[in-house]
Amino acid sequence: MKRHVPVLVLAAVLLAGLFAPLVLKLSAPGFWTEVLLGGLMAGVLYSLVALGFVLIFKASGVFNFAQGAMVLFAALAVARLSERMPLWVAILLAVAIMVALAWLVERLVLRPLVNQEGVALLMATLGVTYFLDGFGQTVWGSDIYSIDLGIAREPVMVLEKVFEGGILINRDDVAAAVVAIILVGLLALFFQKTATGRALRAVADDHQAAMSIGIPLNRIWVIVWSVAGIVAIVAGVIWGGKLGVQFSISLVALKALPVVILGGFTSIPGAILGGLIIGVGEKMAEVFLGPPLVQMFDLAGGGIENWFAYMLALLFLLVRPEGLFGEKHIDRV
Amino acid sequence: MTAPETHLHFQGRNVGEVILSVEGVSLAFGGVKALQDVSFDVREHEVRAIIGPNGAGKSSMLNVINGVYHPQRGRIRFKERQFTDMDPHEAAVLGIARTFQNIALFKGMSVLDNIMAGRNLRMRSGILAQALRIGPALKEEIAHRQEVERIIDFLELQPYRKTQAGRLPYGLQKRVDLGRALASEPKMLLLDEPMAGMNLEEKQDMCRFILDANDQLGTTIVLIEHDMGVVMDISDRVVVLDYGRKIADGTPDEVRNNQAVVEAYLGASH
Repeated sequence: MKRHVPVLVLAAVLLAGLFAPLVLKLSAPGFWTEVLLGGLMAGVLYSLVALGFVLIFKASGVFNFAQGAMVLFAALAVARLSERMPLWVAILLAVAIMVALAWLVERLVLRPLVNQEGVALLMATLGVTYFLDGFGQTVWGSDIYSIDLGIAREPVMVLEKVFEGGILINRDDVAAAVVAIILVGLLALFFQKTATGRALRAVADDHQAAMSIGIPLNRIWVIVWSVAGIVAIVAGVIWGGKLGVQFSISLVALKALPVVILGGFTSIPGAILGGLIIGVGEKMAEVFLGPPLVQMFDLAGGGIENWFAYMLALLFLLVRPEGLFGEKHIDRV
Repeated sequence: MTAPETHLHFQGRNVGEVILSVEGVSLAFGGVKALQDVSFDVREHEVRAIIGPNGAGKSSMLNVINGVYHPQRGRIRFKERQFTDMDPHEAAVLGIARTFQNIALFKGMSVLDNIMAGRNLRMRSGILAQALRIGPALKEEIAHRQEVERIIDFLELQPYRKTQAGRLPYGLQKRVDLGRALASEPKMLLLDEPMAGMNLEEKQDMCRFILDANDQLGTTIVLIEHDMGVVMDISDRVVVLDYGRKIADGTPDEVRNNQAVVEAYLGASH
């Protein structure tokens, strides 16, 4: 119980910060709700990218730095292919491309490096990152492209009865949330209820033992990287549909890093919850914490969104290094 | 080797033909010679022990049979199939299962899932069918589950089905390790110090499980063990290694009275 105290204190502070604008009447309830929803939507995207990290880390112990580059690559593929064919065909083709990529990564990068130090594998994924960034430009071009999801752009006004003036929601945000929820549900089903999922969890726990009972490690790795690739497509399409496909997408990986620290490197629920906490946290901090700070210290203002996630992750590392749902490691001395 | 083998009887067991033969195996790690020109065979349905002082090369031998290490010289024949290079996955496919000296359970998974994972090789239906639990996949899952229940009964693990394997006490973890290995219905089972760190009662239980597996399931057993009493009690034949070389091979009685073995263990005239 004692070790939970710092976490509970941190949670209490975060919750207090979340509701403070409402309680202190700094904001109209409608506006506050809009900021909250905006944060949740950003959080869904962070969660999706973090999910890619977690999947690969669980099954192979590899911290895949290339997850952000995979999102960019997938988004570029969908954007450029959809110029020539219907969107759903483009997405199916992108799935094939990501599976092929998974197979190549397993063959050319993971297999030769099996049983090497984690650092060697991390460096290898750094290599994959830069290769994908560059190769993506070579193949698909380096302009800003758009993905047309066929969802109307203008936001809808809802809950006009509850809040004064109602709140605005983007339809594509709602669609994104629904897709993300379905995806997470499917993944949970896959991991918990299928023999392949069981084999994946087995590999994640102990490579040697998994091989000794006849689980083919190489095939499992291809499956896991393929699933991470498909998650990257979903994240890339949602992001690209909203803001356009451009290089900065690959930087979202850097936002997913604190999410994984928060949620725990091996936990799928952790990635989801962590993403939402950071998404909401940084939006709230930007909107409601920024202005008072600016007033009080006569600052230029802005930019809280950029560091908030990392500060939160740092605090979490101090009080709970394994993350919200990560496995606690006890080393024998 | 070509003439039909006579059936031998050890300790009242009906022992069959040779299913594993190790021929002139040498293994070195850099300058360290872990195994030097070791040859022996294992007969079907037999309990075969590999013993020796610390650092004699016992675990290395087991890892060679299991395909974790690849010997620089020599070859291994398992059921008519000859190989020098294979990996643990191929070994599993051929019907060689193993347990680990430092238990390597899937710690985050339940006891049930651990043993179910052991049946991985026997699963057939596709991912989609598994997820939706339709038709043959459902029938298959139920059949596997029944088989696993039989193993759970056999190893008296009933109260721990849903317990996370990593939370079990040491002796029980060893039992789950055995259960997972048995779940693949192996022809041959390699046990790496199955009784290490156990108290007397746990050792007796484990002996009983090993002998029952051998007797009821017909599994051939190859085990490494430190406890000489246990080895002499349950083994049909014993190979003795010392500094990577085979120094004796025979029934427990023969080995016990072998001068080289006594010297290796007591350190006389070394």
